[in-house]
Parts: sequence; C-alpha cells; structure tokens
Amino acid sequence: MAIKNYEPNMVLATTEYEVVGTRPVRHDGTDKVTGRAQYGADFTSTGLIFGAVLRSPHAHARIRSIDVSKAEAQPGVLAAVTAKDFPRSDASPDEYVQLGELNTRLGYLRDNILASDKTLYKGQPVAAVAAANAHVAHEALALIEVDYEVLPSVLTAPDGMKDDAPILHDHLKTEELGELTDRVSNVAQHFQHVLGNLEEGLAEADVVIEREFDTATVHQGYIEPHNATAFWNKDGKVTIWCSTQGPFEVRDASAASLNLDIADIKLVPMEIGGGFGGKFEPYGAPVAAMLSKKTGHTVKIIMSRAEDLQGTGPTPGSNLRIKMGATRDGKITAAQAHLAFEAGAFPGSPVGAAAMTVFAAYDVPNVVIDGYDVVVNKPKSGAYRAPGATQAAFGVETVIDEIAEKLGHDPIELRLMNAAKEGTRRADGPINPKIGCVEVLEAMRDHPHYNAPLEGPNRGRGVAVGFWINGAGASACTIMVNPDGSLTLSEGSADIGGTRTSVAMQAAEVLGIPVEKINPQVVDTDSVGYTSGTGGSSVTFKAGWTAYEAANDIKRQMIDRASKIWEVEPDTLDLQAGEITSKVDSELRMSFAELAGQLNDTGGPVVGSCSLTPPAIGGAYAGSIVDVEVDPETGKVTVLRFTCVQDAGKAIHPSYVEGQMQGGSVQGIGWGLNEEYFMNEAGGMMNSSLLDYRMPVSLDVPMIDTVIVEVPSATHPYGARGVGEVNIVTPPAAIANGIYRAVNIRMEKLPMNPGAVVEAVWKNGG
Amino acid sequence: MKWIDYARTCSVQEAVDLLKEGNARPLAGGTDILVNLRVRRFDIDTLVDVKDIPELNEITCDPSEGLTLGAAVPCYSIYTNEAVCAAYPGLIDSASLIGGTQIQGRASIGGNLCNAAPSADAVPALIALGAVANVAGPGGTRQVAVEDFCTAPGQTVLEEGELLVSLHMPPPAKGSGAQYMRFIPRNEMDIAVAGAGVSVEIDNGTFKSARIALASVAPTPLFVREAGDSLVGQPVNEESVRAASAIARDAAKPITDMRGTKEYRMHLCEVLTRRGLNIAIERAKENK
Repeated sequence: MAIKNYEPNMVLATTEYEVVGTRPVRHDGTDKVTGRAQYGADFTSTGLIFGAVLRSPHAHARIRSIDVSKAEAQPGVLAAVTAKDFPRSDASPDEYVQLGELNTRLGYLRDNILASDKTLYKGQPVAAVAAANAHVAHEALALIEVDYEVLPSVLTAPDGMKDDAPILHDHLKTEELGELTDRVSNVAQHFQHVLGNLEEGLAEADVVIEREFDTATVHQGYIEPHNATAFWNKDGKVTIWCSTQGPFEVRDASAASLNLDIADIKLVPMEIGGGFGGKFEPYGAPVAAMLSKKTGHTVKIIMSRAEDLQGTGPTPGSNLRIKMGATRDGKITAAQAHLAFEAGAFPGSPVGAAAMTVFAAYDVPNVVIDGYDVVVNKPKSGAYRAPGATQAAFGVETVIDEIAEKLGHDPIELRLMNAAKEGTRRADGPINPKIGCVEVLEAMRDHPHYNAPLEGPNRGRGVAVGFWINGAGASACTIMVNPDGSLTLSEGSADIGGTRTSVAMQAAEVLGIPVEKINPQVVDTDSVGYTSGTGGSSVTFKAGWTAYEAANDIKRQMIDRASKIWEVEPDTLDLQAGEITSKVDSELRMSFAELAGQLNDTGGPVVGSCSLTPPAIGGAYAGSIVDVEVDPETGKVTVLRFTCVQDAGKAIHPSYVEGQMQGGSVQGIGWGLNEEYFMNEAGGMMNSSLLDYRMPVSLDVPMIDTVIVEVPSATHPYGARGVGEVNIVTPPAAIANGIYRAVNIRMEKLPMNPGAVVEAVWKNGG
Repeated sequence: MKWIDYARTCSVQEAVDLLKEGNARPLAGGTDILVNLRVRRFDIDTLVDVKDIPELNEITCDPSEGLTLGAAVPCYSIYTNEAVCAAYPGLIDSASLIGGTQIQGRASIGGNLCNAAPSADAVPALIALGAVANVAGPGGTRQVAVEDFCTAPGQTVLEEGELLVSLHMPPPAKGSGAQYMRFIPRNEMDIAVAGAGVSVEIDNGTFKSARIALASVAPTPLFVREAGDSLVGQPVNEESVRAASAIARDAAKPITDMRGTKEYRMHLCEVLTRRGLNIAIERAKENK
C-alpha cells in the first residue's frame, strides 16, 4: 500500500482481521488512569520495615573491612547485612545465570548485589540495613565503617584496553576469537565476523569514508525507580514483590544468590513503571530477602533517583571506527567496524548485538567486524531498548550519509540501492528471512515529510535506517472458560506496553469474540509456566503466539464438548464469530456463552493452555526522518519535525505500536542531544539527578509522526514482529545527518549537546 | 533521626527573634531549602516559616515610588500582576522561567536571592534593574544593593538573625528597557549554563545608562559594571552593543563543569548579553 496524503499516523496494512489490527481500550487502563494500579513502592503489609543500601563512594577500591556494629546498635535499626551474610553457593561462581537480554556469571551477580572484596564502580552496594522507618535506615548508613584501599580507576573502553590500564578483575582472562587466553586484561572478549574479502572490496571502491565515533553512557530513565520487597517465612519460603521485566529471571537469580531452590521463591510482579531493558537485574530483592531473614519482618527497599542512576545498569558508552567503500554508481563494496563497548564493572556489554545490527540494513559483500567487551569502573551495563544497535547505527548511518553526499546520491535512494533483502547474508552468519528494510525505506522516500520543502537558515533534514534482531524465548499461557462465556487469561509477561491487551487480542481473534470478553492477568511465578522476560520486543510476539495456541486448544475442546452434547462428529462442527455451528445441519447452533454454561455438567470445565518457545523470531527495521534547526551561536539543536517509519510485521494493536514508535523516538532524541553520564576524573557521576541528567521534556520534542509498515514475519500466526525497540536505533544518527545539512558539521560524539555543537562549529572555522 | 523544629511566624520581629537564636533558616516557598535539607547540604535546628508575615507578602507597584516586592511573594503572583508586567518586563522574564509552573506557585524572588546560587535566574535581572534589598535584623533595618548581597555560593551578607523583608526597584525611566535571558540545553526545567540580565536607558539614540549582570559564570551572580558603563554616551548600534557584550564575556569567570566548559560559557555570555541588549533596546523604544 502506498502513501498518498499526509496523516500524522498511518498504517500501511497488508492483511485485515476482526480483532487483530483494531484499537480496543486496554484492560489495565482504568487502574492506571485512576491511580489505583499497584506499583512496586505501593506494596505494603503488616509489620513492614524498610531497608537502605550503603554504596561505594569510590569507583575502584579494595574493601579491607566493613564494621556494621554501630549501625546495628542504633535505636530503630533491626539488622544489617554485608556480602558475608549471604549463604555460600552450591554452584560455581563461573556458572551462568539467565538475566533476560544480558546474562552473567553467579560470582558477578553476587558481587553486584553486595560487593565482597572489591568495589568496581561508585554506587556499588556494600552493605544494607533494615529499620522501622526509611529515615532511620538511611541515617544508620552513616554509622557503617568501611575501610577502603582506593585504587586507580578507568572509565572508557579505549582506556580500559591500554596495556597499563588498572585491572578490574585479577582473574579475568581475555577470550580471543573464541579461545580463552592466559592474558589477564579488561578485555573480556574480542570476537570477529568476516564476510567476503574486505581488502578486495575496498580496492573496488571509488570512495572510502572512515570515521571514529564515541558515545556516552546513558540510562533508560524509566519513571519508577528500582524497588523490591521481600518476606522470608519461618519455613524457608521467600516471597518477593517487585516491578521487573523478568519475574522468572529475578526469581531464579535470587534463588542462585541466596542458595535456595527455585520452588522456595515466589515472585509477585507488581505493576511496572517502565523498564526499557533496565529492569532485569535483581538488585535489591536478595538484599531485602536477607534483611527479612534476619529480622522476621517484610522488608522494602526503594532506590532514590540518584541510587538508580548510579547503581543500576545503564547502556554503555562506546568507541566505534567505521570504514565503508562504494563505487561511483553507489554500490557499497566493503564495510569494516571496530566496536569497543564498555561492559561496566562486569563483562557483558551489548557489543555482540551491536555487531549483529551494525551493517544489517545493507547488502555488503565484504565485511569485517571486530567487537571488544571491555570492563571499566562504571555500573554493570544493562540492556536498553535495542541494546548496542543505537551506538552502531550512529556511526554507520553517518558514514552512509557522507557517502551519499560525496557521490551526489539522495540519501534514501543510496540506501535503497544497497538495502538488505530476503536472502541477504549478515556478516555474523544469518541469512535474512522475509524482512521489511526496502519497504521501510520506500515509505520514508514517499512520505510527505521527506518531500516537503525545508526553508530557513541553519535548518537541515536528516534520515537514517536501522535494524533490531528482536528476541523471543519461552512463554506460557492458560485460558479458563467461565460459565458465562467470558474468559480469564493468565500469562507470565510483565506488561510494559499494553501487552495484556495485545496478547488477549490474539486469543480473541481465534475464538471470534470481542477482546473485552477476555480478562488478561499477569500472575505470579507460582501460577503460570516459565515465561522469559519482557525484553527483546518479545511479548506480543511470543506471549501472543502462546495465547493463540491456547485459544486454539479451547476451540478444539469446545467443539469436542458440543459434539458430545449433540452426539455428532467433532469434524462436522466449527467455532466462528463466537458461535458453534454444524457444517451439515443448520439447526445445530449454539453460542459460545451457551456452551460455556453447560461445561461443568457435561464433563468439566475447559482450560486451554500452551507453553512454547517460538522457533524463529522476526527482526525489524525502522527509520527516522528529522528536521532540525541549529543555533550556531549557542549550539542548541531544535527538533522541528520528526517522522518514525517502522515495520511491525502486523500491528496487533496499532495505537500501542505507535506509542512504542513515539517513545523510542523521544528516547533516541534524548540520547542524541543531551543525555550522558558526566563523570569526574575519579569515576563519580556528577549529574545523578533528573535535573542534570537531561532527558527531553515535553517542550523539547514535536509530536512524532508515525508510519507502520506491514511486511508480515514468516513465522508468527498473524505475521507480527517485535515493535518495542528498533524505533530508538536511528534518531541520533538522523539528527547528526540533519545537523550536517543545517550547518555543515559532522558530529562524531554523542551527546550532540550545545557545547559540543559549538566546539564543532569552531573546529570547522565557524 | 534528626528532628527539626518548625515555627510559623506572623511578624518580622517574631521571625528575627527566632532566627537570632541560631542554626535557623527562614522558609518561604521552600523550593530550595527543603531540597537542600533533604540532601543534607546544611544542618539546622529550626525552620522559621515567614510566609504569613505581611511585609514579606507586599507587592506594591507605584509609577513614582517604584516596586516593592515582599521577599516571600511567589513568582506566579508577580507575573499575574498586570502593573508589574507592564513596568518590569525584565523581572517577568526571570519570574516566568524559574523552575516549572508548579514551582512558580511557591518559589519567591526573595528566596532565589537568599539561596545565593551562582545560577540564580532572578538575581541578574534584579541587579540590572538596580534593586535594593531591605533587610531586618536584631539591630534594626538596613539596605543592601542586590549586586552586593551574595558573597559566595550559598552565602549572603545576612548576619545571624537577619531576614530579607523585601526588594525595592526604582520606577523605570522613560526610554528604558530591561531583559533577562539564560541559556539551557532543554526548553524548561533546567539550570542556566549562563545567563545575562541587562537594562538600558536611551535618550535620543544614545545610551544614557546601562547595567549588565551575569549568571552561572562566577561564584556569585556577577555585576559587570564596566560593560554597562561602556555604553553610556555611545550611539545605539550594533558596534556599541558588540563592544559591551565582549566586555561582559571577558569579565566572566566560569569553571568547566557538567553544564559547560569555561570557553563555551564565556562565549555564551557574549551571545546572551548581545541578544539581551537588542531586546532591551526594543523594549526601551516602546517605553516612551
């Protein structure tokens, strides 16, 4: 379907359904609008007490001793804990623990919960206390005496890779191209992907562009800080209430760190105020559990914003070198990327995903990608909305823009000439299934925004396109038929973006009933099968697929039951539009609700269930078109107009897809323009508040226009692709390209804040 | 746990009596002090609420006497006062950009001055307008020019027991105009990277007087007397404006920090002073 006239939100639908693709009101909407929804901090219970965490004031230090006796003696304080209070583990510290998009070793997990012998970043937890109220708990922290030996710190990947860099982990040996070496360094891993012959590809090129880029550490900036409440019962059973993207991951990580059986822990997911990848780590949950064990009370720990910025998992800064060559007629012949990512204090940066996505929008025959995972004295990096892809796209899409300019091609046409298609091989191995890269670029090219005149001084229009692999993982779902024909759906996926509704819609489509007849519930970890976390844009894809299968299970059972009641063969019956009918006897018909009312007396209730891990996932493309105006005297960049184009496969609930596109675009604008961890030389974050960590406010962004492109994924029952993340990948690059067109400067660092823009103007002789 | 006494006072004398007992601070809108107490920036025993003292709530705008602004008058009361808006647009520039809308319902210009942040948005505007602080204390009352009020970050000339009662600004002369402009990376809810408050008085195409003050580029709001004086007797044109702006830039003594480098901030002082002067000149032309 082609774009004809301008509309702020367009859906280029290729398949229509009854429920899928409509825009019903979300099931949890009333609670959220009226303020009744229970978030992590809202949890309360009889005998609740409060925990507070003492954090390292040093970016790198050896802990000589910790003395909590004065804090314990303070009136109102009920207990204190350090890493020494945690039970020894049955498992090796090297064993891997699943934490959603980023996994870690048990030893690292435990040290990130409470440091044992060393602190590796400012803000790392060192000890904790529980007290009758939060004020007493926080004041008692000052009474804990920690003797530190302060060590030199290192803060960026290039510095961390130097031979004389301070070493964070004495036992961390570099994995070099798949082989574990004897070399102790901060480089946890160096890997390489090769396709074709880079040198030959560069030799064929008429123009070769090489640039180096640096990006700053940035935070997800979810509105609700990390939180955890725990109760350790006398029978050894632990209940945790917290808002998390990964109820099962946090449960399992808590069991691993507390040396408990998984069955001993129940995690009750609270409503979640944003995550964006940053809410997979357990952080306070095991600490609250240990404080509960010591005191017998339920213990609640809520992070302040400063703790959250300094003590959780931001997405890392990176250093990139991108080199690309193209022939005069615009064919890209070679591409090389050097990607060095800060892992933070423990290995596990998203450099792997950066390498998968860096050239994924293009069909390039000759590629070399080198990736480096480098530990530095910053918080352990977490996932953040398409982790690694935004940094990579900032580099690649700037270089592509420069090639287009040098060769005199329209930047979208050059991308279309080289766009990845079905069958294109990525340098990291996979051969593309059906993808929507070309369709996204065509929609950008045809959009009225791209074709509108842009007048006035210091204004420029930039574009960029990007890819995200998307994730899937295990998922389980149970649907119960109630006697009145309504249904109750239980799932294990924390609902961050309206997924209760988008999952229920896929079940409703199967049964031919309105989605309002289904009541979807996110239940605790004792009440549904293992469900991997809400990450990788996976929930509507995997949980929706699971609900689709569970609804089909119900459909089969309901038809079976009707066949027994009517004494006919089940294959003569059908369930459509909420009615059971016979294919051979038009007198035989019964509504879904009528049959539901008879279930208990005709064989028992009907419960549909499904648990599965999708066999394949659908990666997705998105692009940004942005108009900027630059004030060359102050360096301020104003975003005048912004359009996000994204392939959703099939938009199950278009409003929520548009919400993701707008939200990801705004986060990308913030990442591009102002957000950064501003570190002092000693490794302290200087701007650990939302006043100084400058996320965009409403006056900083225009209304984001959206275009949903639908190139159905080959695997999902309705063709859905993950939609939550890819929209953040391109805004920084598109803005950089817009700035170039406005004032003729190439920005090579994020953020492109006013000071940086003025410096670039000065460097350019302006 | 730390206990802090709270005392609501209804007269200047009552407030002064409590303040002179020591380790006490006045509370007006509370938008700075409550935040500072929470992060332990200072430690006090008593909060003296001054919001109910009549003199601190005065807002009198008289064409011949000028403006008397009680120290506790919140920003929104200033920018919703038509007489003040008409006579002191330079003050309104500040009052309407401090914090956000909710903050402006509580925050006062007097509090902004007493908080003595280098980045205080109201102070350069007050200095440009020639404001004088009326102070009451155990020894009686005194007047302090606003440019002399702040002595260091968070420090003022107020002695123990002294209270800022009100600010007084002279009536705007014919042919005068003022402006305050700050630079922030976002479009609201931010701290000035640099700011400039300016006022000019123009007679027959020539500057009769001018005052220029800067924010966020020194330990205190900075009055650059020589920049304003350089304009006196000069014709109103781009050359004289640029020369004065360059003097302002060279007088700035910023540090490099998370809000900007020293060089960038000095550069901004020139840009903001120049842009501010041009607006003030336009306002002066309308003020006949």
